[in-house]
Amino acid sequence: MADTNYDVIIIGGGPGGYVAAIRAAQLGFKTCVVEKQHMGGICLNWGCIPTKALLRSAEVYHNMQHADAYGLSADNITFSMKAVVERSRGISKRLSGGVEHLMKKNKVTIVDGTGKLNGPGKVDVTGKDGKAVGTLTAPNIIVATGARPRALPGIEPDKKLIWTYFEAMVPEKTPKSLLVIGSGAIGIEFASFYNTMGVDVTVVEVMKQVMPVEDEEISKFARKQMEKQGLKIMTEAKVTGVKKGSDNVTVSIEDAKGKTQEITVDRVISAVGVQGNIEDIGLETTKVKTDRGCIVADGYGRTDEPGVFAIGDVAGPPMLAHKAEHEGVICIEKIKGLDGVHPMDKARIPGCTYCNPQVASVGLTEAKAKEKGLDVRVGRFSFVGNGKAIALGEDQGMVKTIFDKKTGQLLGAHMVGAEVTELIQGFVVAMNLETTEEDLMQTVFPHPTLSEMMHESVLDAYDRVIHM
Amino acid sequence: MPIKVLMPALSPTMTEGKLAKWVVKEGDTVESGDVMAEIETDKATMEVEAVDEGTIGKILVAEGTDGVAVNAVIALLLEDGEDASALDGADTSSGGGEPAPNPEAEAEAPKEDAKAEPEAPASPSPAAAPAPAAKSDGERIFASPLAKRIAQQEGLDLAQLSGSGPHGRIVQRDVEDALASGTGKAKPASKDAPAGAPKASEAAAAVPPAGIDAGMLSMLPEYDSVPNTGMRKTIAKRLTASARDIPHFNVSADIEIDQLMKLRAELNGREGADYKISVNDFVIKAVALALKRKPDCNAAYTDDAILKFKRADISMAVAVDGGLITPIIKDAGAKGLATISAEAKELAAKARDGKLQPNEFQGGTFSISNLGMFGVKTFNSIINSPQGGILSVGAGEQRPAVKDGKLAVATIMSLTLAVDHRCIDGAAAAGFMKELRTILEDPLQLML
Repeated sequence: MADTNYDVIIIGGGPGGYVAAIRAAQLGFKTCVVEKQHMGGICLNWGCIPTKALLRSAEVYHNMQHADAYGLSADNITFSMKAVVERSRGISKRLSGGVEHLMKKNKVTIVDGTGKLNGPGKVDVTGKDGKAVGTLTAPNIIVATGARPRALPGIEPDKKLIWTYFEAMVPEKTPKSLLVIGSGAIGIEFASFYNTMGVDVTVVEVMKQVMPVEDEEISKFARKQMEKQGLKIMTEAKVTGVKKGSDNVTVSIEDAKGKTQEITVDRVISAVGVQGNIEDIGLETTKVKTDRGCIVADGYGRTDEPGVFAIGDVAGPPMLAHKAEHEGVICIEKIKGLDGVHPMDKARIPGCTYCNPQVASVGLTEAKAKEKGLDVRVGRFSFVGNGKAIALGEDQGMVKTIFDKKTGQLLGAHMVGAEVTELIQGFVVAMNLETTEEDLMQTVFPHPTLSEMMHESVLDAYDRVIHM
Repeated sequence: MPIKVLMPALSPTMTEGKLAKWVVKEGDTVESGDVMAEIETDKATMEVEAVDEGTIGKILVAEGTDGVAVNAVIALLLEDGEDASALDGADTSSGGGEPAPNPEAEAEAPKEDAKAEPEAPASPSPAAAPAPAAKSDGERIFASPLAKRIAQQEGLDLAQLSGSGPHGRIVQRDVEDALASGTGKAKPASKDAPAGAPKASEAAAAVPPAGIDAGMLSMLPEYDSVPNTGMRKTIAKRLTASARDIPHFNVSADIEIDQLMKLRAELNGREGADYKISVNDFVIKAVALALKRKPDCNAAYTDDAILKFKRADISMAVAVDGGLITPIIKDAGAKGLATISAEAKELAAKARDGKLQPNEFQGGTFSISNLGMFGVKTFNSIINSPQGGILSVGAGEQRPAVKDGKLAVATIMSLTLAVDHRCIDGAAAAGFMKELRTILEDPLQLML
C-alpha cells in the first residue's frame, strides 16, 4: 500500500460507506474505503438493486400474460430464468463499476481486503488470500460493515435446499414450489417474484400480518391482492422443523391454533431478518459497545470510542440503504464540524417494498399513532377513484394518510398499489418540511397522475374528498 | 348581543400576554372602570378595567392561561336585559374585525381547554393567530408550518426562538424544545393537556436544560429547576444581546460626597420636611444635569445615526422578586430633588408589586444602578440597550483621602460608567464623569 495515513477510513463499501466516502472527499478529507468484496455492498450486489431487476422481469412477464386486457395479444409467453438472472447480475455489475468510478472521481482510495480495527485509529487489512496487506491509520474510522441474513436455529440455510437471499437471487433453475419464512420486505419480494414466475409459493409469517412493520389496513389489502395472485400466506404461524430430502424439503408448520401441518417444497427461503456484522472486525480492541447484534452509536454515528463511528445496518435498525447513506453523510459532516448537522429523525425514513402490489410508507401507522395517545384524523383514497390508475389498468390500491388532529402534523402516510414506491417521496418531503394538512391541501397535484390520490387522501382526512 | 371583552395591548409591541387572574366571576355585575382581571406580560402586570357595564356572562380564557393573543376575546359581557341565552352562538372571534375563521378549520380547531372556551376561535384561522408573522423590526421569521401552528396553539412567540433548521428555519423540534425548557409558556395542569402534547412532555424528560451540556449536568449536584419567567427570559435575552453586541468600556471615579451628605442632612432635617431625599436621588438629579451639560453622553447608537436625546430620562434599576426592572424618572434634570425622591419611591414600590405601566419602564435614555446599600465599592454594569450609558453606584463610605498633601478622612463614593463605544468615545465619557464629579462635590449646583 502506497499510502497508509488517512483522515477518514471507512470499513465497508456499501451504500453507507461509499456515500460517506464521497461526502468526506467533498469536504477535503483524505479518505479510504476498505472493501472485502465489491463496492456497493449488499444493496447493490445482493439486495435492493438486483431484486428490482428480477421483479421488473416478473412485472413485464405478468403484463405480457395479461396483454389481452390492453387490447394486445402475445402467444407462447415463456421465460428463461437464466436470462432473467443474467440481466439482474449485469445490472449489479454495471452499478458496482459505477461506484468504483465515483470513488476514483472523488479521489477516494479503495483498499481491497477485510478491515479490522486494531485499537482506535488503526485498521489492519487482510487480503482475499488471507495474508496481511498492512495497517492503515486515521483519526476517524467509520465502521460500515452492514448486516447479513439471520438464521433460525434448526433451519440454518445450507445454500442448496434452504436459501438466503444470496441463493434466491441466482437460482440455477426455477423451483416448482417454494416456502418463504418471513414476510418482511425481503421475504415478500422474493415470494412475489417467484409467484409471478409460476412457482407455487407459501409464505409463513410468525406475526399477525404480512409486512409486520406496515399499517395493518395496508398489509391486509396487500395480502388480499397477493392471495388473488395465488400466493399462499400463513400468519401467526411458525416453522417448527425441516426434514431435508435429496431435492426437496418437508417443513413442519405450526399455525395460530397450535395445529401442525407438513408441507413438502422444492426450496425454502429463510428471510427472518438480518443481523449486524459486528464479529471479527476488532471491536474488542476499542471501547465500542454493542447491543443486540449492532454497534451502539448516537445520532451522529459516534460510538463509545472517540474516533470510531458506526453507520448503516451495523449501527442498528431500520436496516435500509437510504438510512445508511444519510447516516454516512451526517457522520462525516459532524466530524467536519459543519453547522446545522442534526441526527436523523428516524420517524421520517420511508420504507418501500416492491412486491405486487407495491407498498410504501413513512411515519407512524394508525395503530402506532393511537398507541402514542395521539388524537388522529385518517384519510383514505382508493385507486378506483383515480383516472390514471384506471388507465394503467392498475385500479387496486389505496393511499392512507394520518394527521395529528390537534396540530395538523402529517404523522404517517401508507400506500399500496402500482408505483406507490415512487409516490411516497412526496409525503416524505412534506413531512420533512413540516407541512400541515393546510399546505398539502393547497398544493396543486398534476392531472392525470397517481399522485392526485395523495391529495385526495389528505382531503379525505378532513372530509373534503372530491372524487369519492 | 353580548359585549366582547378583548385582551388589551399593554404596550405597542405586545402581541400576547398571560391572563394572570380573574378578579370577577361569571354572574358578577361590573361597571365601567371596575377591575375585571390582571394581565401579565414579560415586563409588568396590569389590570383590565371594564369599559362597559353589564354582567359577566362567560369567561372564555381561564385564569393562568399564557400566550393570550392581543384582541382575543377573553370574556363576554351581558348587557342590561340580556340573559345567558344570548351567549349561545355569540360571536367570539377576535376584535380585529377579520372574517370569521373558515368553517373547516373551526370544526377541527383544537381546543386548549374545551370547557373554558367552547366557542374559542379556531386556532388555524389567521384572525386569532398570535404567532407573529414578522419580527418587530419587520423581518420575516422563517418557520415551518407545523412549528408555526404549534407555537400558535401553545402561545409561543416565534420571534424569541432561534431556528435549527436549514438557514435558521424554526422547526418543530425548536418549538418543542422551547416548550420543554420553559422558554415557552408553563403548561397549565389541564386535564386534556397530555393527550395533545405527549411530544413536548417526552422532550421535557429527555432534553437537558438548554445551555448546559448533558454530560456536565449529570456531574452537578441535585438541583431545583425553576422555570424561567417572562421577565427572566427578557433579562437573559436583552443582556446577552447587549454584552455580545455592544462594545462596552468603563470609566471610574471616586467622588467625595461630604458636602452632599451635609446638604442632604440639612434638607431632610428641615422643619416640616415631607420628603426624605436619598443619596441616590442626588445621583439621579446630578446625572441628568451632567447629561444636559454633556449631551454627547445622552445618546443611543443606531446603524444609521447616533441619536442625541434632548431630555435626560433616567432609568433606575430596581431589584424585584425574580429579576429587575428599570422604571424611569422622566426629564429628571427639570425636577426638584423632592419630586425625584417621591417619584423614585413610588416607582420602586410599583415595580416590586409588578404594577408598573409600560410607559413607566419603557424608554429612558440613561440608566443608573445602585448597589451601594449592599456595601459594594465598585462594579460594572451591562448597558441597558439601546441606551448609550449606565452608571454603577457604589457605597458612600469613609475612606482615607489626601487633602492638601495631608491624610484626611472623607466620605467617598465610587462611580463607574459603562458606555457604548459605538456612540460615546473615551474623552466624552471622561468629560461626563468630570462634570458629574463637579456637580456631586458641589451639590448646591443642583439647586440652581
